[in-house]
Amino acid sequence: MEEREVVVIGAGPAGLSAALEAARSGAHVLLVDENSKPGGQLFKQIHKFFGSRDHRAGVRGIDIGTQLLEEADALRIEVWLDAEVCGIFNQRDVWIVRNKEKSVNVRAQRIIIATGAVENSVNFPGWSLPGVMGAGAAQTMINLHRVLPGYKVLMVGSGNVGVIVSYQLLQAGADVKAIVEAAPRLGGYGVHTAKVRRAGVPFHTSHTVLEARGTDHVESATIVQIDDKWQPIPGTEKVLDVDTICIAAGLTPLVELAFAAGCEPLYSPLLGGMVPWHDASMCTSIPSIYIAGDISGVEEASTAMEEGRMAGLSAAHSLGYVAEHDYEVGFKAAEQRMLALRSGLFGQKRRDAKAAIMAQTRG
Amino acid sequence: MEHTMSDDKGLKVSGAPNLAELHASPCYQLPAEDRRALAAVIECIEGIPCNPCETACPQHAIIVGDEITNLPIVDLDKCNGCGICVAACPGLAIYLKKHTFKEGLAYIAFPYEYVPLPVEGQTIKMVDRLGQVVCDGTVLRVVKIKKNDRTAVVHATYPNGYYEQVVNMQRLATD
Repeated sequence: MEEREVVVIGAGPAGLSAALEAARSGAHVLLVDENSKPGGQLFKQIHKFFGSRDHRAGVRGIDIGTQLLEEADALRIEVWLDAEVCGIFNQRDVWIVRNKEKSVNVRAQRIIIATGAVENSVNFPGWSLPGVMGAGAAQTMINLHRVLPGYKVLMVGSGNVGVIVSYQLLQAGADVKAIVEAAPRLGGYGVHTAKVRRAGVPFHTSHTVLEARGTDHVESATIVQIDDKWQPIPGTEKVLDVDTICIAAGLTPLVELAFAAGCEPLYSPLLGGMVPWHDASMCTSIPSIYIAGDISGVEEASTAMEEGRMAGLSAAHSLGYVAEHDYEVGFKAAEQRMLALRSGLFGQKRRDAKAAIMAQTRG
Repeated sequence: MEHTMSDDKGLKVSGAPNLAELHASPCYQLPAEDRRALAAVIECIEGIPCNPCETACPQHAIIVGDEITNLPIVDLDKCNGCGICVAACPGLAIYLKKHTFKEGLAYIAFPYEYVPLPVEGQTIKMVDRLGQVVCDGTVLRVVKIKKNDRTAVVHATYPNGYYEQVVNMQRLATD
């Protein structure tokens, strides 16, 4: 069996930041990712990020991804790509299948799980027609693979993912015919909704998609107004001439590895559902296992990076790599940066939900 | 095109802020008609955690402060209309404006991230916050400096009867 001090699972913004922080502290880190390229969702984020200079604000996600990989390179962090983690045993043995052919067990003193989240689906008649896809999938197609999924798009969901992907579909040359939002008010940042609105994209609040029609692909979508009990109001149906329906209905944390390993679960509807319990240092109910990023509650890439830094620093500290004083200073700084991201109108609810998780005692 | 107010239900319904919301926000300051220099106009009224406008401004004319969810406020006495903030804003929520560039013509410099880009001298359709075409405009220049990191800033003039309404241009058709 191979041995490593810290194994980080997932090389997205959280995992990369965790690996960097742990390696900077002196720990020997192995970073594994099931994809053939590291970076997670960063490389399809072609927009400039929010936040402050500490959060690399104003820099496009794709460039943040490149910066993080260069830093990982400079620190000589060991990276295994095309490496699927199939299980965690005895609280520290990581079972990895490399390149779909070789099974390897790595004994880790600390494990940081940063597996991210998966897009939620919405079911409606016709939802299995080609042309119905997650907004994130459409974003991968246009920004990574440079393929336009369709010319006339209906976006379902007005959160930041829905409006940002709508904007990027416009940039890619598609026409976004409408954005529907089931709630009576739009979800995403006003600056994002304003950007697509002035580009001529209409919003329909208190509306949902009723059905998609087409023979072998989407040829139209029917949307309908819903009442305050979320029931369709007959007679308000509108048929839209679209060939693509993108679903931006939130994300669910990818918790399977953590739960199979025995991490204690809890339910946080605001943060995406079931998440592993964790303390402020990002440690789960199993002292050798930490989490960071969307697995610990769905937020944004900038918060994922901060959580990664907190988890990496804490894991290294628990291995004796960071002097007590340095840890306190470093951790406090990370907490302050995180607080800045979770403040204000949009951040307060997430901050409260996070506090609720940490307030729960284990067992 | 006829300007309709029917869809102008505000930021969280129409997607764009209406004038009542903007006028109620300390963030939004339309430069006075007799101001001679261009000035930055910010339409960021929600208190999102973000401050690149503040750190980018060479004149220190935009203040967000320690709490990065504070609204950005432009000090019009310090702003010299350089336009660095226009491309620095991740929300594309800043433009420069001046009421009288020439007789009857207002001046605007706005962020634009679509291709094809307009070219100098081109006649473009100016749009309001709801994406409705309100008048024609003429492109003065298109700034594509490296510092702006692939956000073009389009400088244009348009009839100043639409001074406050106009915020951007209609996307040009792709081939």
